[in-house]
Amino acid sequence: MVDAATEKKTSGEGKEAGEAHAYTPGLKVKKAMKVDKLRRLPILGEVFLKVGDKVSYDEIVARTEISGDPEIVKVAMLLGLEPEDIPRFMNKVVGDTVEKGEQMAFYSALFGLIKKRVESPIDGTVESISEITGQVILRGAPIPVEVDAYIQGTVVEVMPREGAVIETNAAFIQGIFGIGGETHGDIHVIVKDNTQVVDADMIKPEHEGKILIGGSLVTLDALSKAAEVGVSAIVSGGIRHDELTTFTGEEIGVAITGQEELGITLIITEGFGKMTMNQRTFDLLKEFEGFRASINGATQIRAGVLRPEIIIPHEKLEAGEAEALSQGMVPGTPIRIIRQPYFGAIGKVHSLPVELQQLESESKVRVVNIELENGEVVMVPRANVEIIEE
Amino acid sequence: MAALKKTTEEMQFIIATDVGSTTTKARLFHKKDGEWRFLVAGEAPTTVEEPYEDVTLGVQNAVREVEELTGHKLLAPDGSGIVLPYDGEKGVDLYVTTSSAGGGLQMMVSGLIKSMTAESANRAALGAGAIVMDIIARDDGRQPYQKIRRIRSLRPDMILMAGGTDGGASSHVMEIAELIKAAEPKPRLGVAYKLPIVYAGNKVLRPQIEALLKEGFALDIVDNIRPVLEQENTEPARRAVHELFMEHVMSHAPGYTKLMKWTDVDIMPTPAGEGMAMQLIANTFNLNVLGVGLGGATTNVYSIMDGRFVRSVSANLGMSYSVTNVMKEAGIDNIMRWIPFNLDTEEVASRLMNKMIRPTTIPQTLEDLIVEHSVAREALRLGLQHHRTIATRLKGIQIERTISDMFDQALEETYVKMMNIDILAGTGGLLSHAPRRIQSMYILTDAWQPEGVTRMFQDSVFMMPHLGVLSTVYRDAAWSIFDKDCLVRLGTNIAAAGTGKLGERVMTVELEMPNGEEVKEELSLGDIKLVKLTEFEEAKAMIIPGKEYDVGAGPGKEFEATVSGGVAGVMLDARGRPIYLPEEDDQRKELLLKWFKVMDLYDESKLEELI
Repeated sequence: MVDAATEKKTSGEGKEAGEAHAYTPGLKVKKAMKVDKLRRLPILGEVFLKVGDKVSYDEIVARTEISGDPEIVKVAMLLGLEPEDIPRFMNKVVGDTVEKGEQMAFYSALFGLIKKRVESPIDGTVESISEITGQVILRGAPIPVEVDAYIQGTVVEVMPREGAVIETNAAFIQGIFGIGGETHGDIHVIVKDNTQVVDADMIKPEHEGKILIGGSLVTLDALSKAAEVGVSAIVSGGIRHDELTTFTGEEIGVAITGQEELGITLIITEGFGKMTMNQRTFDLLKEFEGFRASINGATQIRAGVLRPEIIIPHEKLEAGEAEALSQGMVPGTPIRIIRQPYFGAIGKVHSLPVELQQLESESKVRVVNIELENGEVVMVPRANVEIIEE
Repeated sequence: MAALKKTTEEMQFIIATDVGSTTTKARLFHKKDGEWRFLVAGEAPTTVEEPYEDVTLGVQNAVREVEELTGHKLLAPDGSGIVLPYDGEKGVDLYVTTSSAGGGLQMMVSGLIKSMTAESANRAALGAGAIVMDIIARDDGRQPYQKIRRIRSLRPDMILMAGGTDGGASSHVMEIAELIKAAEPKPRLGVAYKLPIVYAGNKVLRPQIEALLKEGFALDIVDNIRPVLEQENTEPARRAVHELFMEHVMSHAPGYTKLMKWTDVDIMPTPAGEGMAMQLIANTFNLNVLGVGLGGATTNVYSIMDGRFVRSVSANLGMSYSVTNVMKEAGIDNIMRWIPFNLDTEEVASRLMNKMIRPTTIPQTLEDLIVEHSVAREALRLGLQHHRTIATRLKGIQIERTISDMFDQALEETYVKMMNIDILAGTGGLLSHAPRRIQSMYILTDAWQPEGVTRMFQDSVFMMPHLGVLSTVYRDAAWSIFDKDCLVRLGTNIAAAGTGKLGERVMTVELEMPNGEEVKEELSLGDIKLVKLTEFEEAKAMIIPGKEYDVGAGPGKEFEATVSGGVAGVMLDARGRPIYLPEEDDQRKELLLKWFKVMDLYDESKLEELI
């Protein structure tokens, strides 16, 4: 079976465009590159920075206010009146401010024997009084919204009333999936190598506020203890699906994450199950032990891929020339296989047959022959590999 | 949108694209010897996101691939689009496109009563090709503050507001309008644009609605969707949604203003194009059709029953991006029940999670393929379940009930009954690209469990949306291509409704084959057989069911029909309805395996290795 997105069909006789590219873009694992972060308000507001300013992680870039929550008060119903009568009994008009508990409508009948009053349930302003429905809509106080810098760097662009772009020289590592939002902390490797499992007993109180780097798997107990201790984030090769479900409290249906409030950010670099962390990723994180990093677990796979990220600002090595556009696969290109039966295997492109080849599943697709690290050459659909970007 | 460059009779080349959420698919059509045919396909990644943010780049790349494959020049050298019209050497005479990039058309709908006007508004929005994010109604079980919170968190492209019959409820309709206004919903595509609202409620309230909403919203008022309770009038609302989609939503999506100038007819949401194609089948054969587009992110189900067209979209049931949501909604056990060998549940769950995070990967092993096929059955089953909640009779109408109805409790809401379906049709990557055609026929059968005599079709190379939008301007060309190059005749399914004990007689099928040969098959519960009958061949069938079983004429009654062949053949299905699946694990696996082998579903030797 072939996804419509990946296979080309022709009615001609096996005519195929001769280009060769991996369909899954490789995850970035870069030691030094220029990282730009757009920090933007959801609606227009005030920007506090100017181009050239140096900022820290938690510095406020811009602020605005969104209108407060509305509160609907069914005044006509509460007073037992027809909607068209309520303006006569309102103590407030549109635009007036009201305090919680303050009388805003009053009705008396039978020479004062019947008295009914309506108090405001919130502090706010009167937005509308409807003679059709008898509803009064109050608007609560505006809600402030702030955007911080998230990364340490320099302001390189200011968009008036919207936000700013912060730039830094940094190591940049993308994960494949994450949960939890933006945070920061010092990098600390807690495993001997990239195959080791992170257990609860490896999590110590002194890890509070840190970004812990694991190996092939992080257990549910370890995650729970890390959240309890106040660890900022954990980075691991993999996690079991059932343990993630238990930890988040619900099964992840579609990959739109980052809003979870679990007290910790988690990034997995390889996939679900026990998965040895890519050696390059592991070595790079190890190299920056003790550095302060910004990290975000937010993942969105549909409509504009957003992968979780670790940004480690540093001045160790300047970013090189502008990145050359990916050349696609050619013999020798280092790649990783991302599906059974060779999931996780690393190798390099051996050859790229032009003709469609039949898989064990009997699908006829375009394939790549890969020389694995042990010298064996295996055939894999082109859709099932990703280029290791170096 | 420009006028057509040539009359349809003069046209020789047509190109159609579908700008999907990940891939832009171009299809070139050509008239040769007076007959319209599909010529070639080209595909390229969609370029709606950064760093490109211009869909026309992806369109050009896909069209360029068509150029490379055919040598026929289609693109203007200065990047100004597609050469129109065909000048004898280069270009095409017509360019049409559908689009679902950037998440398609996302709408919120509201009505007064959930099962009445809100339901009609939901049907109208779905019919226009939208994904419905939420349905707000007076009786939706939420407090006003909860509704407000929800509206504030949604970022719809458009709102469709219904409520009240003409001259009927008014103040409650206005309450909902005031609630929506107070919530200040923000559009998804940027702050610079006014959120479109279509009002299709009580016409008496139009002045008040206008006074309330014309500031701050792009308001469009159309005829009431339920002028009286007995009538549902979704067409004006559907048309308004389509126009606002073009005018407001599309024009704010990156590159679409340019694309709109390139095309000869309005850009259509992909599901609307797919729906047109399904209607083309129903209208041509004049039969009841149940169709599905099983995609990577969503499952669209279409029914055309006695001329009534209804579409449902299950926004989070799909085979790649949403594959784990199928697992979540169906439950992993329901996926595992279709697998005839031992596999660890957590292993399957992990594989599906890994598919979700790397959605473009494909199964390489037979084991992996069987797992995906199992998920597909559940996505299809849930998609139909959802469709049935939308394809219902109009509620709120007084219906005369007989004594038997009262005992029967039935008076089922949906009118989509498998016995009344004449044709099943499927499209989408998994079905269109199944390595053996019998697999898609079998998966659809397991999932939807057709009853009686049902023809089965599928899309050859994903092009139903293309042909759907083409059919709006040039029906004959669309049908010619559809008939010859798109619609794969899988065959016919003959199934008896009812259930009983394993091994008891279910039906006898006598087939008079085209060569005059008589084929007689006796089937007991748990049997399934395949009789070869090729495409465009027909056979006369006499079906004699057991007394508890129904094949179309009622329990125990004989049924005569002409059955059509196909690339798979005629499937005689006596597995019961619902399909008999033993509780006991080994028995179930044994039975599944028997069926797989009888149907020649997969390579038998490789299948044996998995047991």
